Amino acid sequence: MSFMPVILWSDALVFLLIAVTGVAVWYVRRHEHLLLPWRRVTHNSLAMVSLLVLSLFLLVGLLDTLHFRSVLPQSNGGEKVYSPEVLSVFDKLVDPLRTHTEKTYSAPFALTLYARETRTDAQGNVLREFPRLQYGGAHLEDVSRRDADVVVRALIGAGLGLFVGLLSFYLTHRKLHCASGCDRAVSVVTMILTTLIGAIISLAAVYHVLGTDKVGQDVLYLSLKSIRTGLIIGTVTTLVTLPLALFLGVAAGYFRGWVDDAIQYIYTVLSSIPSVLLIAAAVLMMQVTIDTHPEWFATTASRADLRLVFLCLILGVTSWTGLCRLLRGETLKLREMEYIQAAQSFGVSGLRILTRHIMPNVMHIVLISLVMDFSALVLAEAVLSYVGVGVDPTMISFGTMINGARLEMGREPMVWWALASAFGFMLVLVLAANLFADAVRDAFDPRLNRTEVGV
Amino acid sequence: MSLLSVKNLVACLRNGANIVDDISFEIAAGETFALLGESGCGKSMTALSLMRLLPDGVVHAGGEARMDGARLFDLPEREMREVRGGKMAMIFQEPGLSLNPVMTVGGQIAEVLALHRGLREDAASERCIELLDQVGIPDASRRLDEYPFQLSGGMKQRVMIAMALAGKPKLLIADEPTTALDVTIQAQVLQLLRDTQSQTGMATLLITHDLGVVAENAHRVGVMYAGQIVEQASREQLFGKPLHPYTQKLFAALPSAERTGQALCAISGSVPPLGSITQGCRFAPRCDKAWALCHEQTPEWTVVAEGQGVRCHLYGRAEDRGLMTELPSPLASLPQAGEGNSVLNPQSSALLQVKDLQVHFPIRKGILKRVVGRVKAVDGISLAIAQGRTLALVGESGCGKTTLGKALLQLIVPTAGSVRFEGNELIATKAARASMQMVFQDPYASLNPKMRVAEILEEGMSALKIGDSSVSRQAHIDALLDKVGLARDSKWRYPHEFSGGQRQRIAIARALAVSPQLLICDEPTSALDVSVQAQILNLLKSLQQELGLSYLFITHNLAVVEYLAHEVCVMYLGRIVERGTTEEVVGTPKHPYTQALLSAVPRIDGMGREYIKLEGDMPSPVNPPQGCHFAPRCSHAMKICAVYPEARRCSKTHLVSCHLYPDT
Repeated sequence: MSFMPVILWSDALVFLLIAVTGVAVWYVRRHEHLLLPWRRVTHNSLAMVSLLVLSLFLLVGLLDTLHFRSVLPQSNGGEKVYSPEVLSVFDKLVDPLRTHTEKTYSAPFALTLYARETRTDAQGNVLREFPRLQYGGAHLEDVSRRDADVVVRALIGAGLGLFVGLLSFYLTHRKLHCASGCDRAVSVVTMILTTLIGAIISLAAVYHVLGTDKVGQDVLYLSLKSIRTGLIIGTVTTLVTLPLALFLGVAAGYFRGWVDDAIQYIYTVLSSIPSVLLIAAAVLMMQVTIDTHPEWFATTASRADLRLVFLCLILGVTSWTGLCRLLRGETLKLREMEYIQAAQSFGVSGLRILTRHIMPNVMHIVLISLVMDFSALVLAEAVLSYVGVGVDPTMISFGTMINGARLEMGREPMVWWALASAFGFMLVLVLAANLFADAVRDAFDPRLNRTEVGV
Repeated sequence: MSLLSVKNLVACLRNGANIVDDISFEIAAGETFALLGESGCGKSMTALSLMRLLPDGVVHAGGEARMDGARLFDLPEREMREVRGGKMAMIFQEPGLSLNPVMTVGGQIAEVLALHRGLREDAASERCIELLDQVGIPDASRRLDEYPFQLSGGMKQRVMIAMALAGKPKLLIADEPTTALDVTIQAQVLQLLRDTQSQTGMATLLITHDLGVVAENAHRVGVMYAGQIVEQASREQLFGKPLHPYTQKLFAALPSAERTGQALCAISGSVPPLGSITQGCRFAPRCDKAWALCHEQTPEWTVVAEGQGVRCHLYGRAEDRGLMTELPSPLASLPQAGEGNSVLNPQSSALLQVKDLQVHFPIRKGILKRVVGRVKAVDGISLAIAQGRTLALVGESGCGKTTLGKALLQLIVPTAGSVRFEGNELIATKAARASMQMVFQDPYASLNPKMRVAEILEEGMSALKIGDSSVSRQAHIDALLDKVGLARDSKWRYPHEFSGGQRQRIAIARALAVSPQLLICDEPTSALDVSVQAQILNLLKSLQQELGLSYLFITHNLAVVEYLAHEVCVMYLGRIVERGTTEEVVGTPKHPYTQALLSAVPRIDGMGREYIKLEGDMPSPVNPPQGCHFAPRCSHAMKICAVYPEARRCSKTHLVSCHLYPDT
């Protein structure tokens, strides 16, 4: 075998999350009344378009989650030696992007570096000029033909992308004989996306589409790698929040008395501590522990990863209070419902009432607030990394990209592309998540559904 | 000359289903016109379209309304605002929700005065006091600065009426003005409406589902069904000789003492969904006089007598009637249940024996939650129910009757006293969960919306380990559904797919699933329409005969009590003031409170007893009056009433707690 699969902590959590989602989907598909609101979501074209965009992000994130270490050519007495560098399937797919590093900054589609260098030419003259890039546009002999080349390559790529899009459209529509308005919107957006992706792939092979950063890494590559970090922060954190918020909130609302008092005190205290301080303290403590125990980690990636998981944990611990408070309030309302009293008069146990009667009736709130929280968490990561208490500096994330680019904003001429691309990617991701959450909330809102039934 | 005339009014949903379909009526000045109908028949929508305040999704689709010669639907919005409140005012069902909780009473009335009468400052507050006086609010000048939460329900409705009167409207639209109120308060408000009408000469459009309210207040009546007026007549004509089969059925479905032995004449099924019937008579599917023509052709409006019209083929022109040849006498053809009196013999030993039961809720204050007072919701109640008998617990809201029911089931832990079921003490044990069950008031809140009917019915069985295998449980569920009159395949459906009456059947089936001997029914029919109420009462009655069930029937509806109960306990402020057999308590009430309660019930025969007016509202149970709780509101109060009266025996079964009767 030429590689060794590596499962980092965050990978394991992602796989767990996928398994949980899988079970949930299977369960929902078997229950008509649970399926109904989701059907309503599929009839909403905006929701489906944002889901499409989200799933592209998810795909990149998932590919980036499958990690491995490749084998090195030399062997240690017949035993295979693996590279200390942990790569992902995504890295392998976009290999040129990862390996084509320049010396330092270069603008999008540039042929030369962004800084002058001193060079001595064949005649012995000392020149100050912008040197040509090692990879970006290296195939061009004539610098003036760049624009034409970019257009031609973009068109070829777009054409190929459009062809693939049309092909997939044709194939799926032969199977599903449906043509609603929603379908049309999704198809159009699919075409646009495949065209765009085709053009970018075709250009990225020879140019730095979004430029390079301080150490010459391709910004497009950095942005794509950041997606996984953002998604993990957004989703794994919910793994921590959900059980805490759900069980404590529902228990506080249902049992009242001292249980309620205790839980309320906990979350009131927790939410009065400035969360940035709490996170900073926890992350710095953890950093010290990691630094004093280098023997725990086989690779730098696993070290950075542990810090990421820990960040998720601490974010989860500080952010469950909102949902918990919401669920407590809803449960207070539900416990006075007559069906709960009917169950009590049968002598049904408290735990069973919680799981059978109360939890299914608060699930819509849980779902809505989780999707809403996702975007807030992605943004929180960016802010925390910018402050310096976020992910490991070696880990690529939107926060570290912004942090790295902030100093260059003041420089003349300005280096704008790193910040702009981090901003753009984050905007699209969070916007898609928010639009999807809106659609989900509408679909689950009984008030809106009632008018729909009435009509 | 009519004040308001409505012609062919149509309001429809955006998808074209007509909520209000071709309604025409006229109201003269000084007259009360009542729109009578079950929920969802379009009464409120008619009123809202007149005010041009239809909710989103409902549009005015045709017809015209003239008021004082002005065509309401052609007025620009600016002028319409003058009409609302100025010429036409509206009061709503729930007084608690229609007053702004953060504005003082005076402020809210002054707002109307400033808008429509141009009164400000002192003039406005003077007029406010006059208005509050007019609606019978004592100490009006002090009430002016109070907030709605400081007023009781009846007071709030009076304030609403005062607000409506502030603009000196020519027409008052009252949308179920007394539905949320107790009978004694309802009587006060209805009296007030009559008095103001005779003083000011305004017209009233009264919207109600209660035949009793119509009998008390209306001059003319329009009976609505599924968006149409099916019959229009003067009160005397309607109550003397209802013409439309629906109206006849509504009268027949009313429970009363005379019908005790028989099944009530329930209308099968429920009101059809909007827009589902486009052809033929809308009542035809539920009408037992319907014939082919009724399903094919929509009946025309037929004027039968002066001022009385009906929308029914029975009264159409003879050549249109087709097969039908003779006009049946409507009242004679009501199906009579032949059963007669078949009440089970009361058994000597009581099934449930309650002694001195108390439920006090502590009021806690401060950081340390010290107990500073007690709400005495149930304050020393004793009662007994024998096998196969029905005991009715009657009282106004807040008297503690629901708390008592829950305390019997141990849903609320009683403070003191004993509850014995078949001789076994229940307090602090869970021994008799299966033998006592409860049917709740609101069938929409008592079924978990996320569970299917089979799961709902199975829950009690599995919790109490009844039935060993799932096969036997499923068989039991089928039998239960048969028993309550639901199709067997409905067990795989969710509660939201059922109508109110069907849901209440499911709730009854759930209680029966564990084979209880006693059912505590907490106002099981008060959330249902009259025709559906009759179905449920019939079901309860036949279940009692079939299974020998005992009922503790908690209600405020005295007509239901007369129909269903063997014995009655009247509760006031946590204590029973009078008890006895139904004939004794309803026929010859002894306690002044019972007398007042009975006199307040509107009677459809128009022969209401002399109305005994009760002053004020029920005192708070935190702080009950010294001595007899009823004394402060009682017209017979004496000095001795400062001591709480012991129960006195008027006959073998009739007990009353009042000093008016000799101590035995």
